[in-house]
Amino acid sequence: MNAKTDFLLYIEDLGVSFDGFKAVDGLNLYVERNELRVIIGPNGAGKTTVLDMICGKTQPTQGSIRFKDRELVGMAEHQIVRSGVGRKFQTPSIYENLTVFENLEVSYPKGRSVFGSLAFRTTPEVVERIHQVAEQIFLKEALDLEGAFLSHGQKQWLEIGMLLMQEPELLMLDEPVAGMSAPEREKTAELLNRIRKGRSIIIIEHDMEFVSRIADTVTVLHLGKILAEGSMQEIQHNPNVIEVYLGH
Amino acid sequence: MKAIYNRLFGGTTGVVQLGILAAILMIVLPLSLDIFRLNLVGKYLTYAFVALGLVLLWGKAGVLSLGQGVFFGLGGYCMAMFLKLEASDPISTKIQSTPGIPDFMDWNQITQLPAFWMPFKSLPFTLLAVVVVPSIVAFVLGVAMFKRRVGGVYFAIITQALALILSLAIDGNQGYTGGRNGITDLRTLLGWDIRSSHAQYLLYFTTCGLLVLAIVLSQWMLSGKLGKMLLAMRDREDRVRFSGYDVSMFKVFTFCFAAALSGVGGALFVLQVGFISPSLVGIVPSIEMVIFAAVGGRVSLLGAVYGTLLVNTGKSLFSENFPQLWLFAMGGLFIAVVVLFPNGLAGVVELIRKKVSPFLKNLRTSSTLPTSGSTPLPSPDKP
Ligand SMILES: Nc1ncnc2c1ncn2[C@@H]1O[C@H](COP(=O)(O)OP(=O)(O)OP(=O)(O)O)[C@@H](O)[C@H]1O
Ligand SMILES: [Mg+2]
Repeated sequence: MNAKTDFLLYIEDLGVSFDGFKAVDGLNLYVERNELRVIIGPNGAGKTTVLDMICGKTQPTQGSIRFKDRELVGMAEHQIVRSGVGRKFQTPSIYENLTVFENLEVSYPKGRSVFGSLAFRTTPEVVERIHQVAEQIFLKEALDLEGAFLSHGQKQWLEIGMLLMQEPELLMLDEPVAGMSAPEREKTAELLNRIRKGRSIIIIEHDMEFVSRIADTVTVLHLGKILAEGSMQEIQHNPNVIEVYLGH
Repeated sequence: MKAIYNRLFGGTTGVVQLGILAAILMIVLPLSLDIFRLNLVGKYLTYAFVALGLVLLWGKAGVLSLGQGVFFGLGGYCMAMFLKLEASDPISTKIQSTPGIPDFMDWNQITQLPAFWMPFKSLPFTLLAVVVVPSIVAFVLGVAMFKRRVGGVYFAIITQALALILSLAIDGNQGYTGGRNGITDLRTLLGWDIRSSHAQYLLYFTTCGLLVLAIVLSQWMLSGKLGKMLLAMRDREDRVRFSGYDVSMFKVFTFCFAAALSGVGGALFVLQVGFISPSLVGIVPSIEMVIFAAVGGRVSLLGAVYGTLLVNTGKSLFSENFPQLWLFAMGGLFIAVVVLFPNGLAGVVELIRKKVSPFLKNLRTSSTLPTSGSTPLPSPDKP
């Protein structure tokens, strides 16, 4: 397949089945550069599974995922990351036994090979970058705190920060504001609007109010298929969507 | 400079702790033990190399291998092959039907030195092989296992099977390996009699020196980014993987490093004890090594050394007096450690330090209080 497009991410006919159950089925998704795409959908719609396939965690049974015109399907996870895809997990995944500083430090995209890690040194440049990111994710005061002592919301931010350290061209966030308080959501929306410059972002989110504040385009997933796609306005007035998702 | 010092020794506490160990090994023990006992300690210390590797592999990388005896054995056999060839010169073996080959080959009607023995005529090759052969085996096995995400119990069982296979393979090929008796009658290293007490002292100190070096090297590795990556991997392996790291290669590397350390231990064993046999390669010694590391505290480098020394001293005392009971004692000890002190000796020491240090602080402050009380400071309101 030769896609002559400007899309950063170009997904065609993507599908996966788990023991015959089609969790995602014939999905087409195109994400442009600098776009912020939100994927919504009821529980079990297959949202997380789509991200899993993009980042190589789950092998699709059909279809193609092209990122910067390179096929991602079949690539090793770490290679996909190195090509510029960053992914936040649905449950915050940080290193509880490392400090915030160290969490960010080990996410810095240098010294990723074994021998590279032996030779790696935390240069002033690295420290500078860590402070910069810590400032962005509201954790400047918490640099010396171990990950385990962070609040749930702070963990979510830290994981976003760990991705920012890698400066990915495509950032995928699975429910970044889940479990956050209202003020924390506020700050996260602010954060997302700041970090979206110069990169594409895919966000999975349930909170409609939050979605309407950040999304360019919203994709509604239902039973592994796309139910609707469009602006938040269009989605909110789409009768199918109202029926399966917003209705309850 | 300061940074390098911290990375090599783990700061001042690290230096003090390593200094204490080095002083015990290189001053206290040589002064207080006769050469027979010291040689025994030297033998235990060669196991400590394996235990050290297990701290890295099991304690730090979270991968339990029950087959580290394999690498100890490979290192030991490499060394033994060199020494055996030296001991089998045509003159001392002239009564054999084929002079110039090891005696057990001659007994097995082998008339020519097998090709894989040839390079072991060279000492530099042998020394290299002691490190490289175990590493290569670990690399092949590690890549095959870790790339497929085989870990935990499965990995432990597979390494155990490897230990069994290797010990049976050595046992079953007497003509090439010396079989069950192993390779024995090793006397000289480049003409130097390794059984003289002078040589045994020197080999003992060499073992101590290399062990300290191995600890410092391990400390250096752990103190840098690699150590943090291993910690992060134990914490959230997926997060590490999806941060652009090839997690399996970190495990492969640690496995290889642990194997290389074990190989060095095996070679030093052969030099000090003068023989090697498949009984040092198989399942039982492999599990014993894990117990040494567990007793010492599986995350503590120094703990592994103390654990090895302690368990082995206990073993020799026990088996001199109640030989039948030793296995039960060993099993009981292992269970006790795992259940009561999951961090082993190092954990107990840490616990005591935590309990004692506030007490010491109290002592210090209360002893300074009276002095300041007896000579009251001139107060500003009394000019
Ligand atoms: N590895 C797997 N094996 C079997 N079934 C799976 C696997 N991963 C996901 N599923 C199933 O696929 C479906 C989609 O799951 P997915 O996690 O993608 O949903 P989601 O849209 O992210 O839901 P939520 O909003 O609850 O996070 C679910 O029915 C789930 O049980
Ligand atoms: Mg999900």
